[in-house]
Amino acid sequence: MLEVNNLSVRVGSKTILKDINFNIEKDVPAVLFGPNGSGKSTLLKAIMGFEGYSISAGDIVFKGKKINDKSIEERVKMGLGIMYQHPPQIRGVKLAQIAHFLSDDPKHIADLTARLSLTDHLERDINMGFSGGEMKRSELFQILLQDPDLLLLDEPESGVDLENISIMGTVLNEFLKTPGKSALMITHTGYILDYVKSENGCVMIEGKLWCVGNPKEMFESIREFGYDKCKECSYVQGRDSKAH
Amino acid sequence: MISARSVRMSRGEIAKHIEAAEQDILASSGMDSSEGTRSASFLQKDSHVSFSRSLIPGVDILDIREALEKIPEAKEYYGKAFTALKREFPRDTEGGYFIRVRKGMTVELPIQACLFLKSQGFKQKVHNIVIIEEGAKAYLITGCSASAAAQEASHLGISEFFVKKGAFLNFTMIHSWREDVSVKPMSISLIDEDATFISNYVCLRPVKEIVMYPTSVLSGKGGRAVYNSLILSHPNSLQDVGSRAILAAENTQAEMIARSVSLGGNVINRAHIKAEHAQTKGHIECRGLVLTEKGHIHAIPEMESDVRDVDLSHEAAIGKIRKEEIEYLCSRGFSRDQAQSIIVRGFMDVNILGLPEMLRKEIEGIEEKNLQSSF
Repeated sequence: MLEVNNLSVRVGSKTILKDINFNIEKDVPAVLFGPNGSGKSTLLKAIMGFEGYSISAGDIVFKGKKINDKSIEERVKMGLGIMYQHPPQIRGVKLAQIAHFLSDDPKHIADLTARLSLTDHLERDINMGFSGGEMKRSELFQILLQDPDLLLLDEPESGVDLENISIMGTVLNEFLKTPGKSALMITHTGYILDYVKSENGCVMIEGKLWCVGNPKEMFESIREFGYDKCKECSYVQGRDSKAH
Repeated sequence: MISARSVRMSRGEIAKHIEAAEQDILASSGMDSSEGTRSASFLQKDSHVSFSRSLIPGVDILDIREALEKIPEAKEYYGKAFTALKREFPRDTEGGYFIRVRKGMTVELPIQACLFLKSQGFKQKVHNIVIIEEGAKAYLITGCSASAAAQEASHLGISEFFVKKGAFLNFTMIHSWREDVSVKPMSISLIDEDATFISNYVCLRPVKEIVMYPTSVLSGKGGRAVYNSLILSHPNSLQDVGSRAILAAENTQAEMIARSVSLGGNVINRAHIKAEHAQTKGHIECRGLVLTEKGHIHAIPEMESDVRDVDLSHEAAIGKIRKEEIEYLCSRGFSRDQAQSIIVRGFMDVNILGLPEMLRKEIEGIEEKNLQSSF
């Protein structure tokens, strides 16, 4: 579904991502770990085509088509979607407006609104005065209405209390079980791994992908030994960080 | 009594006084020519009052010249607000409206008044008086507009508002001029104890120059004044639009919200709240979006206090649309143009005007029509 080949990405004059290679197949969500500032969010933003994230080498191929030069909305039309870590506040633009743009099924909107406890938020300006958890629920709400084939999730559970992580995790897992869907998830806390089943994890450090493996096992190892241990795994020497 | 006579008349009478070529422009400034959603109407073209009548008892609406002749109290109010502030005002006016809502009346449907420039080069000068008597509540929508023929015309509007004890007035003024018309409204409001005055200003079409700085004096305990404005500024337009409130009694408060979008025009947003009495409150919010390289917005929020125990604050922000907001909406599937359009419409949020739903939808419709021609 998504192929990232020898990708290097610059932000301003600084190269953040260096020679990244990985694939994501449909029905096989992947998890991305890494310390702060390692380039994880940059990777997601480059895949979405955000301004300022310029590809200096390599290709991003989605559903068999190179998308390096496609606009954000073209990528969305092809089936890419992103759940923001820090979404912007937009004065005067209501959550309901976006919901109705994304879906013409009022019942679907109402059901999802109720499940994610967002009924009172629909007529509010998007993200204005939302708590951290409310923002994440609103992000999940929108992205599920958008119904992308490949979902990019940037720390979906950060700032969310345990009860809401459970609700969000369950809803997200249901979505990802739909045949043909897939995801690339960034997580620091690992809580989302209790809900979303994934066999593919990898670690990004200093703009490079290092080791790959089972996300739960990797997370336990990171928790115990930190990210330094990741640099010692067998993938380091060969730099063959092709994750499948 | 005017209102008693007009009850027997059918609605839509005003349409007979509106020429076909004038319909659209009058509608764009909020005139409902069917009168179906209005409780009283007034229409003045240049210096001639073409129509005025009330459809409900308890609301008087007439040519101020007639009011000064027939209603003894009208004379007492004429110039009273300007005198209270020791301000001079031109007396060579021709027409204007006198509106009075009687004590305790709640007028659900808005009262409408329209001042129309019809002839080339005409210099319209009007004097308006609005009295909302004790405990009464009303919505007044005034549209000021110019015909296609009214090149190089000008409008000077003197307005005095008297909002009595416990009364409520929501005054929404929609300007719909032309690129060669100059406009100067002068307005003073005297707000009594526990009274509320909400003044909304909407200007979305080109104009040569508008200079206005309406003032409210809150001299009774618990009075409240709110000034909101939505301005779309076109190239070669100058809109120097401000509002001032003097908090002269305990527990009075003022709030000013300005939203301006410059498409290349020059906007000056002034706001001034002066606290002359303790235990008063005021807040100013000036926000501007500049959408072209040549646009200019100057926000001048001012706060002043003679006493210590006051709560005055302001926030002002001017800039272009943030890239992050556009990208966010694009990442939901909107095109860049759609994203810009949604953000501008959200910024020019009619909800800030505090209108009842029907009137809000009407103004939203007018705004949408204007924005469609700009975006």
